[in-house]
Amino acid sequence: MNMEQKHKLKVIGQPVPKIDAGLRVSGKAIYGHDISLPGMLHGAILRAAYPSARFSIDVTEAAKLPGVVGIITANDVDMNHIGYKRDHPVLKKERVNSIRDEIAAVAAETKDIALQALRLIKVEYEPEEGVYDPHEALAAECGAINAQAQGKFGHPNIAEVFRYAHGDLAAEKARSAVVVERRYVLPRVSHACMATSNITAHYEKQTGKLLLYSSTQVPFLYQRDMAHALKMSASDIRVIQPVIGGGFGSKLDMYPFEPICAALSMKTGRPVQILFSREEEFVASPTRQPMEIWLSMGADSDGRFTYREVKVLKDNGAYTSWGATTPFVIMQAFSSLYQVRACAFEATAVYTNNVYAGSFRGYGNPQATFALERSIDLLADALHMDKADIRKLNANQPGDVTGQGLHYATCGHADCLDNVLKASAEAKAAIGPAQGRYRRGIGYASMLHVGGGAKIYRSDGCGTTIKLDPYGYCTVISGSNEIGQGSETVLAMMAAEELGIPINKVKVINTDTDVKPWDVGVHASRTSFVAGNSLLGAIGLLKEKLKAKACELMGVDIQDLNYDEGQIRTANGAQGVALDKVVRELHFTPPHELAVANYFYEPGSSFQDKGFKGNVSGTYAFAAQAIEVEVDTYTGNVAVKNAWVAQDVGKVLNPLLLAGQIQGGFMQGMGYAVSEELQMEKGRVINANFHNYKMLTAVDVPNIYFEAVETHDPQGPYGAKGVGEAPLIPTAAAIANAVCDALGIELCELPIHPERVLRALHGKANTIEPFKEGIAG
Amino acid sequence: MTEHKKEEERIEVRFTLNGQDVDCTIAPMQMLLHLLRDHFLLKGTKPGCEEGECGACTILVNDMPVNACLYLAANAEGKRVWTIEGLGNGQDGLDEVQKQLVAHGAVQCGFCSPGMAMAIKGMQLFQQRTQQVLDRAAIQKWLEGNLCRCTGYVHIVDAAERLLQQNHG
Repeated sequence: MNMEQKHKLKVIGQPVPKIDAGLRVSGKAIYGHDISLPGMLHGAILRAAYPSARFSIDVTEAAKLPGVVGIITANDVDMNHIGYKRDHPVLKKERVNSIRDEIAAVAAETKDIALQALRLIKVEYEPEEGVYDPHEALAAECGAINAQAQGKFGHPNIAEVFRYAHGDLAAEKARSAVVVERRYVLPRVSHACMATSNITAHYEKQTGKLLLYSSTQVPFLYQRDMAHALKMSASDIRVIQPVIGGGFGSKLDMYPFEPICAALSMKTGRPVQILFSREEEFVASPTRQPMEIWLSMGADSDGRFTYREVKVLKDNGAYTSWGATTPFVIMQAFSSLYQVRACAFEATAVYTNNVYAGSFRGYGNPQATFALERSIDLLADALHMDKADIRKLNANQPGDVTGQGLHYATCGHADCLDNVLKASAEAKAAIGPAQGRYRRGIGYASMLHVGGGAKIYRSDGCGTTIKLDPYGYCTVISGSNEIGQGSETVLAMMAAEELGIPINKVKVINTDTDVKPWDVGVHASRTSFVAGNSLLGAIGLLKEKLKAKACELMGVDIQDLNYDEGQIRTANGAQGVALDKVVRELHFTPPHELAVANYFYEPGSSFQDKGFKGNVSGTYAFAAQAIEVEVDTYTGNVAVKNAWVAQDVGKVLNPLLLAGQIQGGFMQGMGYAVSEELQMEKGRVINANFHNYKMLTAVDVPNIYFEAVETHDPQGPYGAKGVGEAPLIPTAAAIANAVCDALGIELCELPIHPERVLRALHGKANTIEPFKEGIAG
Repeated sequence: MTEHKKEEERIEVRFTLNGQDVDCTIAPMQMLLHLLRDHFLLKGTKPGCEEGECGACTILVNDMPVNACLYLAANAEGKRVWTIEGLGNGQDGLDEVQKQLVAHGAVQCGFCSPGMAMAIKGMQLFQQRTQQVLDRAAIQKWLEGNLCRCTGYVHIVDAAERLLQQNHG
């Protein structure tokens, strides 16, 4: 890569504010909710009234309502099933499997008319009992919940199974001095993006082309999925991303409302917009995958980890989205976070009549890390070992190749641990004996995550087209897009750094599939790493193009040149020529070339084999957190007081944006730990609003002390690694460990709300249940 | 709303909107949020939950922050309404509240940002009016009704704290 740093970095490493922040904070940024097209209709979706039922539907009366322009049910459309298992009918016919199931959709002149029309649709249901517990769904007598299920795994309700192993499990068990076995239970939580789901679809019958204004995080995969659903050619679908009001993984898949909106536009010949209400957002958008993790793990008498045996049972919900594939990441934590000689892992995703789970920042890792780090504390207790020492002893080291084949070329795990242990030492020493109403405790946890993309699809690459104009401005057309995290700013900083121009002379274009080159999407903490490397590659090619013309203009031999303050200079600085002049001469004198370059970057990672072994990411990120809590033993309330966070980020590209990712991720992790749960009763979401779904607010924020650990990864742009997901991954684990430290109790379940704390404190909870044999296939 | 008679019922309301006198004819049940977004096309006021929980639609009515989604437009009669579009009419288009939010990295996806900016503007005006000093804890309490999923609030509170300190000093 273009990694030679002959001179000091001027832009990279600086706290540059987001280049689009001014527009966003002024209300000028255009989100999906702000789009209004001439002739646009408003769409609304009728969902199931029961989570499991047969039904018949009659839209006659609704169609007569003045202002209704189009109504569709499964009988009116010819669409393929969606989801990576193709087990999900876009509009459901004759039976519903979950409370969010789409059974009809209306396009009308106003939103009010569309909602009124929904109430006029006559649906007759024959409700059935439904299955809401994955254990029950696996019973021999339980029939298929989803009739489209592929049934490849021995039971019709098993949607997906992952198995992984390394090392000699039996031998490692035999040589273990201590063994801990626990069952952990992780809740269903919602992304709760501040902007609700939205789409505006505009189909032109005259051209046969479909234009979608969509908040997707993965526009090119989405284009393909949409084409599959609608039986169209993918390239006849143009995806434009308006400003996206929160992603966090929620927009990694295509969901039924999107092809439904397209179908309404096709039917009516007019643009149609669907905006979710907040209630709809809670009920009908994907969740983090709830799961049970049964974990057995051991250590030898020195405290070295010997083995981990893991069985995971996941509630898939009624249909399969990316949630079912989170074991890719879950197994990584178990196989490769801390050194461990043997690991056997099995994860089973099971259909139920609950709402279905998708991808969510961390992708299974917060769940896995919670189980693992809680059990590490228990192992330490069993060994009478210090909880810091056992972690340092087993920490991952640079150069390690793990049992799963992850290659840690750089690794800041031990440094991160050292950092938070030292930083929190004073607070730990200050904690007095456990007495009185308020008790303090400190807990530790660390995490491993991909830091250089994840080679899951056929390519984990990103394309960039870069253009210099005759005024010395640069346009970066990146395949990868902004979802609020600041990737646009980081790319602009890189271009400014390399071309020696101010950041306001860099324009980033990244929202239109008809324009931008291919990219796999915004996920896996990959954008700064993959799109950054792609941009640096393009800049390298562009500079090769400029070199001959610049040298010709300066009257010097062809040589490597420096870019600074809008000038291209010889290495010794003696001669220089303005960048914009070089571009003009390149354009307007023979051989008349454009100052444009294209580059496709593919990370040097490899696909995993059938046993999931392989170096799946370009690099790996590590982090550790030490968290101090104060627990009120009267009320059970957990107050998080201080958090020491260290993360191996490779190299700090922008400390301001990095801190924003750390703080924001931390608070999402803290919500997962103490307050958030999408509660369901017999398949119905019972807290589908912000009043009852408890997101944390400004008053809940503890002191967050962050330290970046720089390991200068040779594969990363300027040495950087991905940072986006890591900050939330160890948080719930560290908070749980802190609460247990404070009270001398054991917690195996999230969230740690007051009732759960009091139950544990008064000995009413968490009897250790053995894993129910056979349920994981 | 389902009956035509009700839909036809209209009332007149006059107020000042971002410093301009406006009058319009509305349905009695019209919420200010929809009047601002759909009639005045002021799309900076964001619909986050439309049930008064998230604060994305925070505006100022007589200098105090309110949730536009729960505020009947009829109740704006005779009052001063400020939206995000009323801030930052200077050369660079940013009010000092917005400048602090930008400089502190307090904006990520930005959907909560206009509401946050208006809530902080409300604090600033409150502080000027009452000569009270809002400390960090008071700022956090004041922002309790504004949810943000991206930033973890730290930079937002930092921005407000800096602004209010500067104004006070």
